[in-house]
Amino acid sequence: MSSSRVVIIGAGPAGTRAAETLVAAGLKPVVVDEAPRSGGQIYRRQPPGFGRSLKKLYGFEAGKAARLHDAFDRLQDKVDYRPGTMVWGTEGHNLHLADRDGRQDVIGFDALILATGAVDRIVPFEGWTMPGVYTLGGAQIALKYQACLIGRNVALVGSGPLLYLVAYQYRRAGGNLAGIFDTTPLSRELAGLPRMAANPANTAKGLYYFAWLAAHGVPMLHDVSPLRAEGEGRVARLVLRDRAGRERTFACDAIATGYHVQSETQLADLLGCDFAFDARAGQWLPRQDEMGRSSVDGVYLAGDGASVRGADTAEATGALAALACLQDQGMPFDAAVRNQALQAMRRGSAFAAALRDAFPFPEHLYENIADTTLLCRCEEVSVGTFRATLRDKGAGEVNRAKAFCRVGMGRCQGRMCGASAARIAAQTLGVELAAVGRLRGQAPVKPLPTALQTEAGE
Amino acid sequence: MDEQSLFLRVAEQDREIVPFFVNGRPATALSGDTVLTALLTHDHEVRLSEILEQPRAGFCLMGACQDCWIWTEDGKRVRACSTMIEPDMRLRTRSPFNGARPE
Repeated sequence: MSSSRVVIIGAGPAGTRAAETLVAAGLKPVVVDEAPRSGGQIYRRQPPGFGRSLKKLYGFEAGKAARLHDAFDRLQDKVDYRPGTMVWGTEGHNLHLADRDGRQDVIGFDALILATGAVDRIVPFEGWTMPGVYTLGGAQIALKYQACLIGRNVALVGSGPLLYLVAYQYRRAGGNLAGIFDTTPLSRELAGLPRMAANPANTAKGLYYFAWLAAHGVPMLHDVSPLRAEGEGRVARLVLRDRAGRERTFACDAIATGYHVQSETQLADLLGCDFAFDARAGQWLPRQDEMGRSSVDGVYLAGDGASVRGADTAEATGALAALACLQDQGMPFDAAVRNQALQAMRRGSAFAAALRDAFPFPEHLYENIADTTLLCRCEEVSVGTFRATLRDKGAGEVNRAKAFCRVGMGRCQGRMCGASAARIAAQTLGVELAAVGRLRGQAPVKPLPTALQTEAGE
Repeated sequence: MDEQSLFLRVAEQDREIVPFFVNGRPATALSGDTVLTALLTHDHEVRLSEILEQPRAGFCLMGACQDCWIWTEDGKRVRACSTMIEPDMRLRTRSPFNGARPE
């Protein structure tokens, strides 16, 4: 089977371990990654010429980051590495690639491992498109990748472990924090602690960030509802409702917001993978077996792009997908390695489930989002327009509604608004979240670089 | 760094200075900056939205939201969060089509 071509999309924790496993079996996979360097988002490397230590960049995770970077660097001449390259479409067993300079390529695959990662999940509030409002992940990238803070006085609003991690990293970097505004009641987070003991090290780190931030006098409110960002052309204030129901205003010049992350599943969709609604994730995900086999022969799923379980589990599922691929090609593989990875995957899944329950997605916020709030930031369609479309035009699911009012039709393909559109649709129609369907992926999954005449039309 | 800038540099400030142009005016960035960083360490917006023409300054910084596509003077479109600044790059923060839409 030495002639079979395996392609891995993504060079984060899952993609790296998948590549390493295939190389160890004597294959030379193609690794396509949008980023200029390996590491994914969590272990994203700073550009050449930056000098901060791994400890400074990744904190407690410095050792893991170093091991993952080294693992990939050791593969350099053993894989066909295509950095800075996007897979924008698929056609049977062919992948359409485009690099940063607009060069196109088509490559075929016998087996394909999707390790496409995740992006922040967002709940819109009035003013969320204003300059100064960023995702939590974006705020973290500004610091990690560019040594910048998104503002001089940053408010963080949302839920999930990233909220406290980003706050900690910003404060450590010398940033001033207007406050941490968590939509989850503190009691809910504390009640989740026993189950989070599935991963005592991660739980201890979370508690450490929390305690450190409290000890440094960072204002923290729980059980809040963000209402709006205010300002003239840029953020100047965050207004929220506190747990006692009072409206409160906090001066700030930037806001970082997010509620966990969601899988990037567009390519699995284009490839024809079956999807199922995952109630805990609150998202439609490609079906997979424990090894990461999708419903499509030769297509495997790994990492947070398959199901969000964090970086450690992504490493395990990357290895598992590669082992499944070897097994299906009739190649030998080490059963002990597989069993170890399966164990790590199961532990990680249990911890991820506990985190989801301790920091639940704030479904209740949607009931109070004003009609004037923008839902789709690409096509600039308001929540009110979307609600009216559902009520008045008989759109019973999100794709139909998209056809009527363009929510999710824009350049991001619903990455930023899709989760919210589904929830607003379910509430407006009075049906279960699973009943409103999901926005379908389309090629190109992201805009392609194009050149056009600047003075076109003149 | 300008007072009106959105982003604040907190480390890595010894890098080589990279001159560039934004809307015809000269500006400076540091080697290793993305186009987004280069712009937002001077100003607080990078483009106007297509329909309501409201200021935007990117959102996700990881190539997902597509809300930081801007233009070069020679007509290329660049996604500011995932394009590195280059010496003498000539950027424009307004679309050739802003204000040119038929009524």
